[in-house]
Amino acid sequence: MIKYLIKRLILLLPTLLGAAVLVFFLLRLVPGDVCEIRLAGTGLYADPAEIALCRKDLGLDQHIFVQFLDFIWGYATFDLGKSMWTGAPITHEIGLRFHLSLQVAIMATTVAVLIAIPFGIISAVKQNTWIDYVVRGFSIAGIAMPSFWLGILIILGLLIGTQEILGEPWMPPIEFKPIWEDPVWNISQLIWPAVATGYRYSAVATRMTRSALLEVLREDYVRTARAKGLLEKVIINRHALKNALLPVVTIISIEFAFLMGGLVVTEQVFNLNGLGRLFVESVGAQDFNMTQQLVMLVVLIFVLTNFFVDILYAWLDPRIRYS
Amino acid sequence: MKNTYSKFAVSLAVGAGLALGASAANAETPKSGGVLEFVVPGKAPSYDGHIETTYAMVHRVRPFYSLLIRVNPDNPSDPSDFVCDLCDGSVPEPTEGGTKYTFKLLPGVKFHDGTDLTSEDVKATYDKIIFPPEGVASARKSFFKAVESVTAPDESTVIFKLKFPTGSFIPALATPFNFVYSKDDLDAHGYTWHKSNINGSGAYKFVQHQKGAFLEGVKNPDYHHAGKPYLDGFKAITSAKMALSIQAIRGNRAAAEFRGFPPKARDDLVKALGKKITVQESDWNCVLLATPNHKIKPFDDTRVRQALTLGLDRWSGSKYLSRIAIVKTVGGVVFPSHGLAATKEELVKLKGYGTDIKAARAEANALLKEAGVPGLEFTLHNRGVDQPYKVVGTWMIDQWKKTGMEVKQQVNPTPVFYDVLRKKKTFDVSLDFNCQSVINPIADITKFLGSAGNNYGSYEDKVLEDSYNKILQSGDVAEQRRLIREYETRALSDEARMMISLWWYKINPHRSYMKGWKIAPSHYLNQHLDNVWLDL
Repeated sequence: MIKYLIKRLILLLPTLLGAAVLVFFLLRLVPGDVCEIRLAGTGLYADPAEIALCRKDLGLDQHIFVQFLDFIWGYATFDLGKSMWTGAPITHEIGLRFHLSLQVAIMATTVAVLIAIPFGIISAVKQNTWIDYVVRGFSIAGIAMPSFWLGILIILGLLIGTQEILGEPWMPPIEFKPIWEDPVWNISQLIWPAVATGYRYSAVATRMTRSALLEVLREDYVRTARAKGLLEKVIINRHALKNALLPVVTIISIEFAFLMGGLVVTEQVFNLNGLGRLFVESVGAQDFNMTQQLVMLVVLIFVLTNFFVDILYAWLDPRIRYS
Repeated sequence: MKNTYSKFAVSLAVGAGLALGASAANAETPKSGGVLEFVVPGKAPSYDGHIETTYAMVHRVRPFYSLLIRVNPDNPSDPSDFVCDLCDGSVPEPTEGGTKYTFKLLPGVKFHDGTDLTSEDVKATYDKIIFPPEGVASARKSFFKAVESVTAPDESTVIFKLKFPTGSFIPALATPFNFVYSKDDLDAHGYTWHKSNINGSGAYKFVQHQKGAFLEGVKNPDYHHAGKPYLDGFKAITSAKMALSIQAIRGNRAAAEFRGFPPKARDDLVKALGKKITVQESDWNCVLLATPNHKIKPFDDTRVRQALTLGLDRWSGSKYLSRIAIVKTVGGVVFPSHGLAATKEELVKLKGYGTDIKAARAEANALLKEAGVPGLEFTLHNRGVDQPYKVVGTWMIDQWKKTGMEVKQQVNPTPVFYDVLRKKKTFDVSLDFNCQSVINPIADITKFLGSAGNNYGSYEDKVLEDSYNKILQSGDVAEQRRLIREYETRALSDEARMMISLWWYKINPHRSYMKGWKIAPSHYLNQHLDNVWLDL
């Protein structure tokens, strides 16, 4: 097992390097650059000399391979560089937003798991009954409904509902306060995006839990357990569910990794200053440095998540042996 | 019917807001205290006004700084009303044939770090803006081409010596980006220090900036305008989307957004909040233009360009487009509310500005036939921004289709849009933009000169250049006005170098408890917030 883990860790390096090469060169295929956007993006006249000066300051006048080596060298020296847009260190910019994105991801995952596992089990156990149909309808609606749209509905619902009831419209806070500073403020801001994204996320996981459990319930060992006279509750909880969770864990982990950098639109809907919004803004501003590092961060999160899922597999199913 | 009534109610409320808003603000006695929370869309690259060009920086950072002169905060809609900010008394008249401006500074002004603000600071600031050392950026250096020198003969006097008299100097001086920096800061920390540090003499002192989230300022008790500011502080909250900004005002998470909303947002807010919302509206010193690429056939043909402008029904566009977009006013090359702008009687003489659209379109078709391109087909290059680019672009295409042309639209994201417009120049006709802060017609109309750095039509027009030079050298307003009409006729009608669409229209619905702020004809202006107060 340890040998396997070491091998997997070593394999991370070429994966990350490949991603770095791709992101670096693909970004530079897009026309325009940050200096054009910054000095003339509002439509105002910008002196070409000023634009050239800006490019020089940011190192954009250097040969593309020199820029690439700088980028890679940054990893060797643990220096991710500075944002081309704000001039602030990238570690600082990402650090400011990381805990917000992490908290939303954790809260959304919690919402999703709390809905998906029980609903998926009930749906499988009560297959083809009205309960199953309701759960399936609920989950299909979740898959069909984009979370940002649900987010917009939530905000509008809150504004209209509170105005009707309280006489004054209320909406969630639009600026972030960490949970240790102001837990009420924090939760009243983040619960809504967590519900909006967690619902879609739960819908996928519910479907997966249901189908995986149905498959396992048809296995010989489950039939044997039933023949032995075990209680259905014990069969499901102790014997079937653990095995059925393997694909569910995969789905949950991939979604979790996605939430860390992929809540692009939902973050904008709720004005969350998270990684997804930073991503959009840096792409819009042609901030190559920031975009590169964000892509690399997301790649790293995905790779590490997969890595931990592999470990989790071994725990969930002792038959799995890595060599 | 219900919908009609609601629209009527909204119109009444807006009208009442417009009529009463300003006068009520004047009549009431300002109250001190409170923190103003407002939303700002967009990110500010840095705090340095001398190098940045975005309103997103102005809205956040302007309250920390003072200017030498500024647009009159009590009368910001008048494009020629300037008052002293750091200077004493009123804005000085020039001497020596209009080539020398002597400013006396207010005594006792201090920077936020406690040091005195003297003429050396003003000189150092303008030296940085006008004569930056090699390698130092300055976004508005070109505004001050007429300036020969800036001197500080004593602690309270600053003298600007011009190479030639020009009416564009004072408006350029009032540009809200010209923050006065401390010479000591520039000497000690260098010319890039202000990108990430703030030490001004404005109404508010910097507290903190959580990047991407909010920026906070607190009242400067030593502010040089007695009794101001009224607020204890302000918080500029970054808002990712316009829809969210609108909801933030509705949900009272913010009192205002100072850039402007489309008419529908105004109507929705008024409908939802009634008297709790005040609406201020103004013509806006921004305009979208269609720029034909003169290097690409058949747009090198004047008749084709004239057909393009003749196909646009601006008067009805103003009526209908203004219901859904932030555009409204029909105008020529000069900001419509300015004394140098064309009147309606003057405008209708220009091709494409007449009130008989049928006749105009018949003329357009005849011109296209004559040019050998009946049913002209081309692509309109546009920017992927809804308000008002895509709305105006779609309207123009509809107008041209009604004239018998076949037009497609290619919408590009901002970086690609500017790359095509400025570098590749592969477009047939592109939407372009002219947007300024302080209204400075003589400087603003350079956009139409083929030689201008921000003109992407790829043409040379010596007659137009000569016409502009006459305007520049004219010291008489009546003569300037006459010359501008000649220039306008050449640029928009005789040669139809560009097609002006409609001038923007600024709509600022804000919470009624925010008082004292007056709308200006630019989203860059009147953002010092020293006259804003809260009636809570």
